[in-house]
Amino acid sequence: MLAAYIVRLARKNMWRHRLRTGLTMAGIAVAIVSFGLLRTVVDSWYAGAELGSSARLITRNEASLSFSLPVTYAARIRRVPGVRGVTWVNWFGGIYVDDKHFFPQYAVDAGSYFDLYPEFVVPPAQLSAFQHDRRGVIVGRKLVRKYGWKIGDQVPLKGTIYPGTWSFTIRGIYGGADAKVDEGQFILHWDYVNEALKRALPSLADRAGVFVVDIDHPAQAAAISAAIDSGFANSLAETRTETQKAFQLGFIAMVDTILLAIQTVAYVVVLIMMAVMANTMAMSARERMREYATLKALGFRDSFVSLLIIGESLSLSLAGGALGIALTFPLADAFFKATRDLFLVFEVRPLTIVLQLVSALLIGLCAALAPAWSSARVRIVDGLRAVT
Amino acid sequence: MSALISIRALSKTYRRGNQPVPVLLGIDLEIDAGDYVALMGPSGSGKSTLLNLIAGIDKPSSGSLLIGGVDIAALPENDLAGWRAAHVGFIFQFYNLMPVLNAFENVELPLLLTGLGKAERREHVETALAMVGLAERMDHYPNELSGGQQQRVAIARALITDPTLIVADEPTGDLDRQSADDVLKLLDRLNRELGKTIVMVTHDPKCAARARRLVHLEKGVLLDHADAEAH
Repeated sequence: MLAAYIVRLARKNMWRHRLRTGLTMAGIAVAIVSFGLLRTVVDSWYAGAELGSSARLITRNEASLSFSLPVTYAARIRRVPGVRGVTWVNWFGGIYVDDKHFFPQYAVDAGSYFDLYPEFVVPPAQLSAFQHDRRGVIVGRKLVRKYGWKIGDQVPLKGTIYPGTWSFTIRGIYGGADAKVDEGQFILHWDYVNEALKRALPSLADRAGVFVVDIDHPAQAAAISAAIDSGFANSLAETRTETQKAFQLGFIAMVDTILLAIQTVAYVVVLIMMAVMANTMAMSARERMREYATLKALGFRDSFVSLLIIGESLSLSLAGGALGIALTFPLADAFFKATRDLFLVFEVRPLTIVLQLVSALLIGLCAALAPAWSSARVRIVDGLRAVT
Repeated sequence: MSALISIRALSKTYRRGNQPVPVLLGIDLEIDAGDYVALMGPSGSGKSTLLNLIAGIDKPSSGSLLIGGVDIAALPENDLAGWRAAHVGFIFQFYNLMPVLNAFENVELPLLLTGLGKAERREHVETALAMVGLAERMDHYPNELSGGQQQRVAIARALITDPTLIVADEPTGDLDRQSADDVLKLLDRLNRELGKTIVMVTHDPKCAARARRLVHLEKGVLLDHADAEAH
């Protein structure tokens, strides 16, 4: 009976200063939303990597990704037992219009690339048209929507790694097999780039940035990786082979510090709100000191007063937290729409919601501890003399 | 009448920083069950401190304080809280009602510690509010009531658990003459009709004149205690 009464009285107390309560609740909601969105940003970075297949291996130069490998390695890799297919890719890195219009561009082996990436769905006629035109490109649906391109359009790119102005013709448009496939890529012919290099910079020709290796069984990934790398040991260009997922996580490791900073900010926001809320609860408890003393004089125990303060604090923080969680979803959608080029997926995970709820609980609990402790300990005669 | 309250060599010393400040110095006093006592004295005489000790909301520095045969100074804090809930009704100068609770809920508050069911609590509260003439105002919040009405709600709250003892600290100190008179009449009724023992601190001689007995304190010492005929 007393527990139910504490909840009722705590709720009534909560709304005594409507403006203060409203502002505190809004503050908690903002903190919880920020926490949720920042966590989702971090999750989304990793989600992009986790979409990488475990059945595909990436072979690159052991020294660094910035060093390429002889394209002739493809034939030797194909002969390793367990390997089903091999293709190769170079990062093209051209500029469309200006730096702000960034999208990833890959020079690929047109004959084999799409066999290894079945998640890129291209109509057969368009794929054939691409394969028969060395200046042809296949672009993702997202780019088509963004720039209003259509098949047959010419797209000029200014080379950065590969000098000069390059002109490509859109021969096909790919869509993702599911919603998580990146539809923002620009795929061109490795042969076309390689021919130009042979003329201008012969020393850079016949090189592949990475090899993509399709294997029979993901469980054999480690053994096949070791077999590939041992085949090139002690050569001029040693290799390093890993699953596509590990390869992409390696990229994320480069921005690990930034992600750590984002995560830290998410927790700092919660800590700041905890301090603000503690101040609110301390003020409320100070104002009600005489009431608490009266309750104790009437025979209510110190613990009743403590629970009353904790109950009020939790009611306030959970209400703010619930509001924050409810707002996280529409705001995450809006954030994703505004930053579509940055993330493949932007989903609020169940763990994030649980952590938001736990944060709201912790804010309420921690904010109440000091005032609950001091109000319970205050002597009744001192409390009754308190000026309110 | 037998002594309900028996006080022997009761002293209370506060500390201000490192300085001991004696407030009560060896008080001896007996108050019979059913008595109506007014504690009077100038500011700082120790009358409120004595009332607080009798009510069990403060602890003496030395001496004994038996109420109904129970040495309340020796009770642990939680037991003392239980003792207060069962045996003491409080009336404060500024009413001390909970602003978020209406008159009904304020009066019901001490009953939450009794284990009575909802229907029984309602019956008790309605009776108490009817007794103080506020049956029609039970849904009103303190800020919707006058000072006199708030004090009557506080009196209903004080008697709701049928306590042995009612302590009143300047119960008319914040009221106009008419409201003060209404409150004093109510206290008379509690004493005469219900046999409640009342110990009241007051500065007001007119108010003190309603008590059966006056006890004067000065500088922490009991000066005299003369029986006074009520009315």
